[in-house]
Amino acid sequence: MKILVCISSVPDTTAKINFSADNKEFVSAGVTFILNPYDEIALSKAVDLAAQNNGTVTVINVGDASTEAVIRKALAIGANDGVRVNSIPKDSYFVARQIADYVSKNPFDIILCGRESSDYNGSGMPVMLAEMLNIPCLLFAKSLTLNGNTATLDCEIEGGKEVVSTPFPFVAGASEGMAEWKIPNMRGIMSARTKPLTVVEPIAVDQKIKNLSFDKPAQRSSVKMIPAENVSKLFEMIREEKKII
Amino acid sequence: MSVLVYIENTAGKFKKSSFEIISYANAISKKLNMPLVALSIGNVAADELQKAAEYGASKILNANDAKLSVANPQAYATAIAQAAKSENAKVIVMTAGFSGKCIAPRVAVKLDAGLAENVVDLPVMDGSFVVKKGAFSGKAFAMVEVISDCKVVSVLPNSYKVVSSPVQAQVVPFATTFNDKDFTSSITEVVRATDKVSLPDAELVVSAGRGMKGPENWGMIEELAEAIGAATACSKPVSDAGWRPHSEHVGQTGIAISPNLYIAVGISGAIQHLAGVSSSKVIVVINKDPEAPFFKAADYGILGDAFEVVPELIKAAKAFKASQN
Repeated sequence: MKILVCISSVPDTTAKINFSADNKEFVSAGVTFILNPYDEIALSKAVDLAAQNNGTVTVINVGDASTEAVIRKALAIGANDGVRVNSIPKDSYFVARQIADYVSKNPFDIILCGRESSDYNGSGMPVMLAEMLNIPCLLFAKSLTLNGNTATLDCEIEGGKEVVSTPFPFVAGASEGMAEWKIPNMRGIMSARTKPLTVVEPIAVDQKIKNLSFDKPAQRSSVKMIPAENVSKLFEMIREEKKII
Repeated sequence: MSVLVYIENTAGKFKKSSFEIISYANAISKKLNMPLVALSIGNVAADELQKAAEYGASKILNANDAKLSVANPQAYATAIAQAAKSENAKVIVMTAGFSGKCIAPRVAVKLDAGLAENVVDLPVMDGSFVVKKGAFSGKAFAMVEVISDCKVVSVLPNSYKVVSSPVQAQVVPFATTFNDKDFTSSITEVVRATDKVSLPDAELVVSAGRGMKGPENWGMIEELAEAIGAATACSKPVSDAGWRPHSEHVGQTGIAISPNLYIAVGISGAIQHLAGVSSSKVIVVINKDPEAPFFKAADYGILGDAFEVVPELIKAAKAFKASQN
């Protein structure tokens, strides 16, 4: 069983987000980059599945050399080898095209991703990838069990969940609950240094969207404190002042 | 040329978010001077279909092939892309909910279109097409130009108002030609809590954190939510501890929401939590710690013990509701 996990390198969840003076670029100086938390769930699941089914786990990332730290982290958690497509990830379409190209030459049984990335909050990449490969994509998957060459997944939907079954190959987007986060141990960290990491060059892709600028949410005016013994008119006050209920 | 809006239904009824995006697409269609076509998929009765006309859709395509009675994203994307081609749609609008996020990227690939997801406002259309979308988990917005000829836009629920704009509309049956791989996966079971307000769509949300001390104390949170017709949510430590299901977790690694009113009880307001809720229109924070960072991001603050304040709020909510009726 061959499992591919698509990973991305994102600003640490506790990072303060800052932009250049013209608001055109994200300022990465002073920001720690981490493995996208959802991708980490996907990777943990992949490592478990590989252990139970005599399989292998490959991680793939589209990024410049600075993302290799995150790939090594994934190898320390338990992936067998890593692939880096040597390009800045321009948008989700660009990334999906790169990975689809790699997968068309190197087929996998299961492709796992995080359900979204915590930087641009896109969940477009896994779905686009599945469309390009003409296979199912089960996004927002909370659990994944295998029975031979069929997978059964619990997926979040509006107001509930659905149970979906699919043959191999398929793409799944991992949500919280699919697996426990794995913390790399010393042996994993040591062995990650020598695991294979292949660098491939990107294919040309037409650009369809262009990031122009960033903007921060407006600051709220200062908080209005209400004495705890005086909350009986809270909802009337909100209606009067904010007109939203 | 046209603007196409795909409107979702639940059990044959259009959702409020569907009316929001018809209104949104109607504003685009007026600006671009193109007719607005709505596409409904699945089994929806004629009088319900006509509701799309109240918000500006002059043509309503009804794709109700029996194969579409189950919400399979591959088959739905095939139907939407075909409708877009037959209507020569230049802009395709959808809802950025669980379902829309499984479909819109497929439609974009099929149409060779640029995709803008989680859009929160009308595009700027002065020759170019620039949208504002959420980024960095609610810590920022990105202005993104869609440069492809055909554009797919998914709009976050609760970010655009429903605007009445009645027109005469014709309902036209729409037949879909499926691809052989469209039904590779199959949905074997759907579990839906019909009595609860779904979190991403909710206009009012009551959320609680570790300050509640344990899952056994959630009764009052649910009672408060019920009293004002809100959905319930929780912070990450609470869902990690198994006090509440992961599906209720709002924040950077949970669901990002933008309700009209967000009431946070016993949540300190870590940056990761704020990221998921900062686009709420009004935030009320109840905490016994005057140093809780959430007070700085709130519109209203109540300094006090949740176990004393929440029962008072329940009374206040019931009295408020009663006065509205």
